[in-house]
Amino acid sequence: MNKVYHRIEKIAGSVITIRASGVKNGELAEVTSRHGVSLANVIRLEDDMVSLQVFTGTRGIGTDSKVRFLGRPMQTAFSDALMGRIFNGIGDPRDKGPAFQDNMIEIGGPSVNPAKRIIPRNMVRTGIPMIDVFNTLVESQKLPIFSVAGEPYNNVLARIALQAEVDVIILGGMGLKYDDYLFFRDTLEENGALSRSVMFVHTAADPTVECLMVPDVSLAVAEQFALQDKRVLVLLTDMTNFADAMKEIAITMEQIPSNRGYPGDLYSQLASRYEKAVDFEGSGSITILAVTTMPGDDVTHPVPDNTGYITEGQFYLRNGRIEPFGSLSRLKQQVNGKTRDDHRQIMNTMIQLYANYKETLEKQSMGFRMSDWDGKLLRYGERFEKELMALAVNIPLEEALDLCWSILNDCFEPAETGIPTKLIDQFWPKKKADAPRAESARSGDGEGDETKEEEKIEEKVADSKKEKAP
Amino acid sequence: MEKNLGKVVGVNGNLLTVEFSQPVVQNEVAYALVGDTRLKSEVIRIRGNRAEAQVFEDTRDLQVGGEVEFTGELLSVELGPGLLTQVYDGLQNPLPELAEQCGFFLKRGTYLRALDGEKQWEYTPVAKAGDVLRAGDTIGTVPEGLFTHRIMVPFSVRGKVTVEEPIAAGSYGIDTVVAKLKDEQGKVREVTMTQRWPVKMPIKAYAERLKTEEPLVTKVRIMDTFFPVARGGTYCIPGPFGAGKTVLQQITSRHADVDIVIVAACGERAGEVVETLREFPELTDPRTGKSLMERTLIICNTSSMPVAAREASVYTAVTIAEYYRQMGLNVMLLADSTSRWAQALRELSGRLEEIPGEEAFPAYLESVIAAFYERGGVVKLNDGGTGSVTIGGTVSPAGGNFEEPVTQSTLKVVGAFEGLSRARSDARRYPSIDPLESWSKYPSVVEADDLAAGQQILRRGNEVGQMMKVVGEEGTSIEDFIVYLKSEYLDAVYLQQDAYHEVDGATSAERQRYVFERIVRILKTKMTTKDKAEARKFFQTLTQVTKDWNRVTDGSDEFKKLEKQIEQMLAEVTVHE
Repeated sequence: MNKVYHRIEKIAGSVITIRASGVKNGELAEVTSRHGVSLANVIRLEDDMVSLQVFTGTRGIGTDSKVRFLGRPMQTAFSDALMGRIFNGIGDPRDKGPAFQDNMIEIGGPSVNPAKRIIPRNMVRTGIPMIDVFNTLVESQKLPIFSVAGEPYNNVLARIALQAEVDVIILGGMGLKYDDYLFFRDTLEENGALSRSVMFVHTAADPTVECLMVPDVSLAVAEQFALQDKRVLVLLTDMTNFADAMKEIAITMEQIPSNRGYPGDLYSQLASRYEKAVDFEGSGSITILAVTTMPGDDVTHPVPDNTGYITEGQFYLRNGRIEPFGSLSRLKQQVNGKTRDDHRQIMNTMIQLYANYKETLEKQSMGFRMSDWDGKLLRYGERFEKELMALAVNIPLEEALDLCWSILNDCFEPAETGIPTKLIDQFWPKKKADAPRAESARSGDGEGDETKEEEKIEEKVADSKKEKAP
Repeated sequence: MEKNLGKVVGVNGNLLTVEFSQPVVQNEVAYALVGDTRLKSEVIRIRGNRAEAQVFEDTRDLQVGGEVEFTGELLSVELGPGLLTQVYDGLQNPLPELAEQCGFFLKRGTYLRALDGEKQWEYTPVAKAGDVLRAGDTIGTVPEGLFTHRIMVPFSVRGKVTVEEPIAAGSYGIDTVVAKLKDEQGKVREVTMTQRWPVKMPIKAYAERLKTEEPLVTKVRIMDTFFPVARGGTYCIPGPFGAGKTVLQQITSRHADVDIVIVAACGERAGEVVETLREFPELTDPRTGKSLMERTLIICNTSSMPVAAREASVYTAVTIAEYYRQMGLNVMLLADSTSRWAQALRELSGRLEEIPGEEAFPAYLESVIAAFYERGGVVKLNDGGTGSVTIGGTVSPAGGNFEEPVTQSTLKVVGAFEGLSRARSDARRYPSIDPLESWSKYPSVVEADDLAAGQQILRRGNEVGQMMKVVGEEGTSIEDFIVYLKSEYLDAVYLQQDAYHEVDGATSAERQRYVFERIVRILKTKMTTKDKAEARKFFQTLTQVTKDWNRVTDGSDEFKKLEKQIEQMLAEVTVHE
């Protein structure tokens, strides 16, 4: 039944075109050339012309190479035995283990019925205050890490993977440097997490088309685990490479590009992958953390831009820290009301004050005189960055919240923070006794102390006014 | 009639090229067959004996030579009792029923009937035998939740018709023939409780369109006061990602003062729809005391669902909105996001190899968007009553830059522009509607003079703020500095609103008028303080108290107490001349 075709009409980029009939859209084929055998899949039909993208690229393919259609779409094997194994983008082993041929599952399957989704409700604790306090990660969330090349995004990814309480970790690597691939493998292994991980890795040296398959294969496998009541964390790095691979194919296929050469369906293509993140009613879940590098640190670049519209927030990684501005977890509202009463308020107040601090910094850099208020903000911002933003900080949520209160207490008067009186009464550290010690330990600069004094006087004035008022 | 069959000759993504031999109609529905599965598609271009059709499903496994069945019917929706509380996909498939049948995943080629044919409705006839009616006139009614659902003369009827054999009151299914209508030519047609209508054509069975004048209260202060929306008006919310478009839409869907809300989730995240889906049945509508879901209908074609159906989803939604408008109801359609729909057009246009316009969007983008928003409006019905469709669409401009084709085309046709700003959302100033860039052509809920005063302060405060960045605080006069603090105060206590707070989250029009009047009085007050630090301190405390004031129920003792406190604080700094 499977006819073999011997004549290739056109070879361009990773795409070959042949004349054939009875071929299905999306069907898989085997292309045999003098340089080896590769899989390919059908991406366009036009009368009797069939275009296929060749997984290993077209280098070495001759016009007389053999094409044999397999009558099935791209599939990948699934079983519990995948755990602890490492594969390439199309599911062939990259480690020395055996290949799997049984229980093949479809990749890039249909979307989950929105009516079968449930509202996410479980927080994923990471021990990173910038995530736990300010932008809580939630089970079944899809979140990218936006950063520029050179930032330690893979380290962050690995750290979250190790600390998050999940059953299965699936790593999809696209265009990874070989070193990064080894880093992930070794980190997971050293921390004993490899046995609950599956890795699908495409390195920068591998053929482009394989890169395109990584998210689909990873997510198809994740979906199967989730349906077996497992909580799955999928790490994808780097999605910009995936988008670039898509661009390459689209241009080869002479599609009209929409923005900076990317195909018009970039949004839909990214969405169909990210939307695989789900909490199945009565079953497991898939959480997706993906790295999107921003070429030139430009968030309006089509890849991060479209990603931002799809995902449920984003983390900005800049200068080795998760930036509070722009970083957002859209699902945090689902969980941070249940953690502690002060969580939401602290989150907003701390960021608002940090924004004020940034403004003050700007003023300072322009050489303006600093007011008392500016002095307080400067002190606050410094502590915020050192004690909360640094990536090395690893404390549980509750501890982090307490730390926030203590920083506020050391830097401001309650009224200056704009926190509702009710919460101030409940959470504002009562004893001011600790404050001087913290202050002297901090810097001991004279200006700071002066401000403190002035402030107290002002406070008295304000108090007396209040007394007069009623 | 014999089936009109065609043959597949090309597959490119979701675009199908079909060779046909009998006449086909532009925009008719065709089904492509893959084994036993029938994939719905719509004809979008015809050239010679080849038609191009966009498939509303994944096109995997389609092959050249495959059969295509043309139906002759334009893409339509079924209208009748039972639409409310439903959750449909873009092609009006009921998703919960689909889930029952197919489980967790959507199965392509599975199409279910939109309305429940089994359910019995209490029917009361209105028209009597011999009555002469026009399209859109009421034949009878059935109760549907909170509303009286009118069974109307089909909108496709032309001229006058005479009612024959109306059925008596009683309990019937939707497919029961409720009357026969004889037209002027003597042709008789049977009418059931449902009718079909092609989604891309506006329903025009009304007497006339009226001006949009009445404000529509959304309980979002910055909208109602500064950038109001009118009943039957149109508005858009463009904003970069993360600026709070969807949250704003969700709040509006809860609090807007309308009868029915239709949420069209077009190409956005599934999770957001789920929130509405799961939470609305639990929430009570303060106006009716019933569940919010009873006035809501969700059309959801989320981002991972087939792209072509995205376009259909906004049309499906607006058609259903118009249908309920015909019953004299006020309907609000919230489309999130129209950019995804525009992108779907772009994808398709690319596949059709049309000459691209700006950013590769098709040249007809503008007219398509204009035609969509023009389907909103207030109308006077044949029976003298009025109904309205208000359309609010979000726009997701690439890179958050409003100078892109979708935003610009939308701004040309809407009545209010609620532009969200990244700077405001970064500073957690929600809702992040930019008070300086946004505009509205509709009347506000507060006094025009007060509004002007508020806007003046915001503008001047911004100017001072800009200036201060250059000359510093020390180079700013205390008068200017106070103006700046006043504008920051107005921003903090009025423009910003905590969507998740029970009281602060929704401010009634009365309260807005009351509070705004007082705040404007504060803004107009001439103040004096010792120095800038004291001024700052004063406003910090005032902001805190006013925010507390926002968080207590109207007219409560606490409310009065805080109001008094604000007045006393103000008296301390007022300059008496």
